[in-house]
Amino acid sequence: MDLELLSRIQFGATISFHYLFPPLSIGLGLFLVIMEGTYLRTGNPIYHQMTRFWVKIFGLIFSLGVASGIVMEFQFGMNWSTYSRFVGDVFGSALAAEGIFAFFLESGFLAILLFGWDKVKPRTHFIATVCVALGAHFSAIWIVVANSWQQTPAGHHIVEHLSGPRAEIVDFWQVVFNPSFLDRISHVYMGAWQSAAFLVLSVSAWYLLRNRHVEVAKAGMQIAVFVALFSSVMQLVTGHGSASTIAETQPAKLAAFEGHYHTAPAGLYILGWVDEGQETVTGIQLPGMLSFLVYGDATRSLTGLDAFPKNERPPTNIVFQTYHLMVGVGFLLILISGLGFYSWKRGTLFTNRRLLWVLVFAVLLPQIANQLGWFSAEIGRQPWIVYGLLKTADAVSRSISVGHVAASLVTFGFVYLLLFVLFVYLLNEKIQHGPDQIG
Amino acid sequence: MSLSFDLNTVWFLLVGVLLTGYAILDGFDLGVGAIHLLAKTDEERRIHINAIGPVWDGNEVWLVTGGGALFAAFPEAYATAFSGFYLAMMLLLVGLIFRAVAIEFRSKQPMKWWRQFWDISFSVSSVLSGLLVGVALGNLVLGVPLGPDFEFAGSFLGLLNPYALLVGLTGLSLFVMHGNIFLVMKTDGALQERLRGWVNRHIILFVAFYAITTAATFGFVPRMLQNLKDNPLGFIVPALAFLAIANIPREIHHGRDFRAFLSSCCAMAGLLGTYGLGVYPNLIVSNPAFENSLNIYNAASSSTTHGIMLVMALLGMPIVIAYTVSIYWIFRGKVQLGAHSY
Repeated sequence: MDLELLSRIQFGATISFHYLFPPLSIGLGLFLVIMEGTYLRTGNPIYHQMTRFWVKIFGLIFSLGVASGIVMEFQFGMNWSTYSRFVGDVFGSALAAEGIFAFFLESGFLAILLFGWDKVKPRTHFIATVCVALGAHFSAIWIVVANSWQQTPAGHHIVEHLSGPRAEIVDFWQVVFNPSFLDRISHVYMGAWQSAAFLVLSVSAWYLLRNRHVEVAKAGMQIAVFVALFSSVMQLVTGHGSASTIAETQPAKLAAFEGHYHTAPAGLYILGWVDEGQETVTGIQLPGMLSFLVYGDATRSLTGLDAFPKNERPPTNIVFQTYHLMVGVGFLLILISGLGFYSWKRGTLFTNRRLLWVLVFAVLLPQIANQLGWFSAEIGRQPWIVYGLLKTADAVSRSISVGHVAASLVTFGFVYLLLFVLFVYLLNEKIQHGPDQIG
Repeated sequence: MSLSFDLNTVWFLLVGVLLTGYAILDGFDLGVGAIHLLAKTDEERRIHINAIGPVWDGNEVWLVTGGGALFAAFPEAYATAFSGFYLAMMLLLVGLIFRAVAIEFRSKQPMKWWRQFWDISFSVSSVLSGLLVGVALGNLVLGVPLGPDFEFAGSFLGLLNPYALLVGLTGLSLFVMHGNIFLVMKTDGALQERLRGWVNRHIILFVAFYAITTAATFGFVPRMLQNLKDNPLGFIVPALAFLAIANIPREIHHGRDFRAFLSSCCAMAGLLGTYGLGVYPNLIVSNPAFENSLNIYNAASSSTTHGIMLVMALLGMPIVIAYTVSIYWIFRGKVQLGAHSY
């Protein structure tokens, strides 16, 4: 195995593990604000119990997010130091901004959220909850700024420096509002809200099926069914926005999404398999649909992979598959949350055992979609680490060896496996324990 | 080298402030972890963990932000150090991960083996993290081999040289003393008396290491004194560090725990300030081949970025400091174990 591949595997594995947690922190942040706000407004103790219960779950998720997150910041320098030299001027400021404007806020007020119940007034506690939720949402902004700049670099120029060329900021706001940022941050937020909504739905459905904590479960479900439907529908809108931007900014990625090899009007596959050797796709296709979605004109030509030399095309089949699975799961989530909303309207949501069982397991779906979405976005950018500017192969650290990365990969593998097992175990314990009576 | 207050120097100071903030704040967390196993009963250990419970992850943000600021302000130094110290960084990460989850997981289950496992994890990972931070600092004082491409050209074992290990132990003993004083401040009754009994021992331990390190630095790294010789006014900083250290046993003796803790904080700031004065304007000194060193000019990002980041820091950090102080104020006083405690 070579250094680049091992480093990519390590980065992919550690970021995938990390990304189990931040979407839940972001989404649960929103839920805590709604739950505690409702409690303060109505004085209904059900919402008090609910808030306290979800704060505990939030605390567990947050600690794993912190533990796995610090690895990410270190790894840019450890494994991708050539990349770091190239992008530091642009990318580093986004990371520093994330610390100053997001992490301090989130971690600082978390103290009050978790441990301040008896130390501050209820209103002050609520303000802390809002600050934690804001901090979580702000952190996504800066990291998506940094990643979107890698996808669609803007606001920079290339300057010769110490050890080669590098990107330097010319216009900060162009860096922040680079062409893909707004589409992608809204897509990330909706994915995060979906994760949390389906977690609340899952746990509440489980309580209803077991006839435990029924009042808390019903009230929680009512909030979650709204958030789930809203975020699932909006995910379609923001996803469409992302795909339309990509047609302009990263045509090779869009072409890989659909296995679109030859520049011509492009169709949309429902399912398919890409033969990269033959440059063909076998599957069910809606002809002209992709061109229609992008341009509103089914006969308009879309750039195919043939416009790019072979060494500048992303690995097509895996991008195709992860993208299509993500879209499929997305539609499934719309269906499930739509059914949930419809049953709620008809007053059968809390008694429809079949639907409740579906909801118990549906918690996995947003997580799967989030992972698949990032896989297609990041693999779809290959072979570039910064699109059009720096290749991934040229980004790896020069002073490390295969042995180094093998050692760290195995170490992180073991540590993360342990953490994952413990996380699932403790999460399950907390869920089985359920909300405490407050008296 | 005379001080000139350009943006590069400002960022040298600001990164220094962030990392000093980290050392002071996470320093007591690490110190609490390092002496954690000295407490014998479950209740005492819970008090230890809950003393830092509400604040430890906010404290760690100082490292994350300091690292981000180093990345943004001096990307070449960030890239060289993090890739060059690869295995040490990996160990530090494993230490920080275990410490984080040990605090979170420990009291979630009542089983004795479970708590024992996380107590040991918490302690070992704190010792490991504290030691590694010091070893890294020691290597930065001594200098590490850099190639003409400014990449690290040494080996992992080379980083474990006697001087760096000495600085590592000095740092660890400083964290232990600092954490011990913090715990005295946060506890009462019999546990506090016991903790108070250990403080003097830990002060002596630290002072011994501090003296040896200072002597070794005079002897082996005379370069660290050059700036001070050129600007004798700078001697105020190590002198203040010395006075702050000398003040700690005095305050402890009079039972003024909070003032002892403040002195310990000042001592840390003074010692890191002395380090900064010694290495300025270098960030990573190359030893041998001094001409390959990375300094605040050749390792810097553009002045545009330095300017943008300065605006961010000036907008953001006063607010951060204001609410951090408020949160510490809310959680002041002795630890009370309750329903929400770890």
